[in-house]
Amino acid sequence: MGSTVRYPRKSVGSEGGRKMIVRHSALFLVLCLGIAAEALVAPASAQAQSGQWVVRRTADGHPDLQGNWSNATLTPLQRPRGQALVLSAEEVARIEQGRESVVIERAGASDPDREAPPAGGTNPICIDGAMTCYNDVFIDPGTRVAIVNGEPRSSLVTMPANGRVPPLTAEARQRREESQEFNGQFGLYDHPEVRPVAERCFVSFGSNAGPPMLPNGWYNNNYTIVQTAGHVLIMAEMVHDARIIRIGDGPRLPSHMRPWLGDSWGHWEGDVLVVETTNLHPLQSYTSKSMKVIERFSRVAEDALLYEFTIDDPTTYTEPWGGQVPMNALEDELYEYACHEGNYALSNILQGARYEERVDAQDLN
Amino acid sequence: MSSAVRSPKYAVGRVVLGLLAVALVPAYAQAQSMDIPRTVSGRPDLNGIWQALGNAHWDIEPHQARAALQMVPGPVVPVPSQEVVAFGALGAVPPGMGIVEGGEIPYLPAARAIREANRENWVTLDPAIKCYLPGVPRATYMPFPFQIFQSERAFFITYEFAGADRNIYLEDPGPPQVDSWMGQSVGHWEGDTFVVEARGFTGQAWIDRSGNHASYQLRVTERYTMTSPYHIAYEATMEDPGTFSRPWTISLTLYKNVEDNARIGVFKCVEFVEELLYGQYRKIP
Repeated sequence: MGSTVRYPRKSVGSEGGRKMIVRHSALFLVLCLGIAAEALVAPASAQAQSGQWVVRRTADGHPDLQGNWSNATLTPLQRPRGQALVLSAEEVARIEQGRESVVIERAGASDPDREAPPAGGTNPICIDGAMTCYNDVFIDPGTRVAIVNGEPRSSLVTMPANGRVPPLTAEARQRREESQEFNGQFGLYDHPEVRPVAERCFVSFGSNAGPPMLPNGWYNNNYTIVQTAGHVLIMAEMVHDARIIRIGDGPRLPSHMRPWLGDSWGHWEGDVLVVETTNLHPLQSYTSKSMKVIERFSRVAEDALLYEFTIDDPTTYTEPWGGQVPMNALEDELYEYACHEGNYALSNILQGARYEERVDAQDLN
Repeated sequence: MSSAVRSPKYAVGRVVLGLLAVALVPAYAQAQSMDIPRTVSGRPDLNGIWQALGNAHWDIEPHQARAALQMVPGPVVPVPSQEVVAFGALGAVPPGMGIVEGGEIPYLPAARAIREANRENWVTLDPAIKCYLPGVPRATYMPFPFQIFQSERAFFITYEFAGADRNIYLEDPGPPQVDSWMGQSVGHWEGDTFVVEARGFTGQAWIDRSGNHASYQLRVTERYTMTSPYHIAYEATMEDPGTFSRPWTISLTLYKNVEDNARIGVFKCVEFVEELLYGQYRKIP
């Protein structure tokens, strides 16, 4: 993994904030603590005086990761073959301006003399699967490439060095074949269980809440982080999934308990929040019984976190892999992604398939 | 909203507000019979896992035990509807003293008729049966725990049932831009009480299993007051002039889970209702 950015601890207040205990009966102490606490949560004034960015800290002295963040980016997870990790200025311009021109073109006025589109439409992103016929009103994959340590990146994966997810092990390939064989008994639209988890509104397509928490390339790559002494809560807008990360140590879940977002425990290594997750749900994007995800959160700027992840699963991948994803400050609030409550699609998809079967049966008769 | 958090002007405002607030804290605190945990800035510390006891989730009005939520006419007396017969005693409604101040919800006549229709069709109409988000205030007293995450800069509640979430804004972002099941919530402190104004609801969530309901115009004012390290006195006042003849209030106690290593579980529940919602559309071999 890349270098970890560290910042010196703020010398004033953080130690006191950690040790003192509030007693409401002592007005003087409460008053002092009130001032100290407000000073801790308000480094903006210190910043104004020195002109240099100082990391905001919580009352217990750790960097404050709280706020709304987005990991939307035009940088893909895996590096196109033959490309270097760091993009040239020309490559950045090509990618970012390319996306911009697509948006402008698609937002242009329609030709009033155009022919009716063929049945099924002409949109090239209409594919026969989970993602069908979204236009640019829906799609918001980001407008910039990922910038990490000042470098524009060609891939989010940085380990192994070629920026590619390593090959599956023989065991994992066999698991995949068995799973494909099992699912192959059924038609694509026979049952709800054979549809993708995002279509069933369990979790995001992609791996938004993860872990690892990755941009999905489509929309709503937004997060809210709330940080207390004992927990860090990360809510992914997709699909209103709140990860509860316990800080410290305690009994892990037994191996047969595998909640959607796994069992996450965090600790601070200097100014970096390190989170270890096991017990991921078998239907999650990246998962196996033995998979462990290590995540590292660093506040690198007033408007950015650096998110780093490593996936360690010798039963699935021939080597560990991981990457770096910038999370940029989001100047907006998150919305309630009430997916299930409005999921007419799944019943319509299944009903449509049953209708086609009836029509086919009538044709035969 | 995000940009305001970062401005030096706002930081100065926080210091002034903080000083005012901490000056007020002791007066309220002395009225407490028991020490409650407090944050570094002197606010009551509501962090933890909380849950209501009792049977309000069945019916928030005072009610006698009854055989089932959904009853149909029988040859002699009404009997449980066919869908709930198999549940036997576990489908019966336990009695409850109710949590509505004054005992009865002040429905307008048309809204009362909707409640009765809801009650007669509980199995098909209760959104919680379909694992839809429970709404406010129902999320609070569902028979599931919830966890409060309170920092100096944020207040967030996540509920075990359906994985419902509420980010309680500490600065008002203005009118809700869209309606939502859990609404838009803005919180502020009145002394030691955390007051939350919630609005912007879809009007589709119910208030309990007995068909009690409100419209999209509902505004809920919640008050969270710690009365001990382990108890929160919870009040919620409902205003919805199209549904109720006057504002009305519920009050109940929330209990803290004090078990070692307590955690709320993951009960997304969407995956558990697929047979209910989509089973009828399966391919028949």
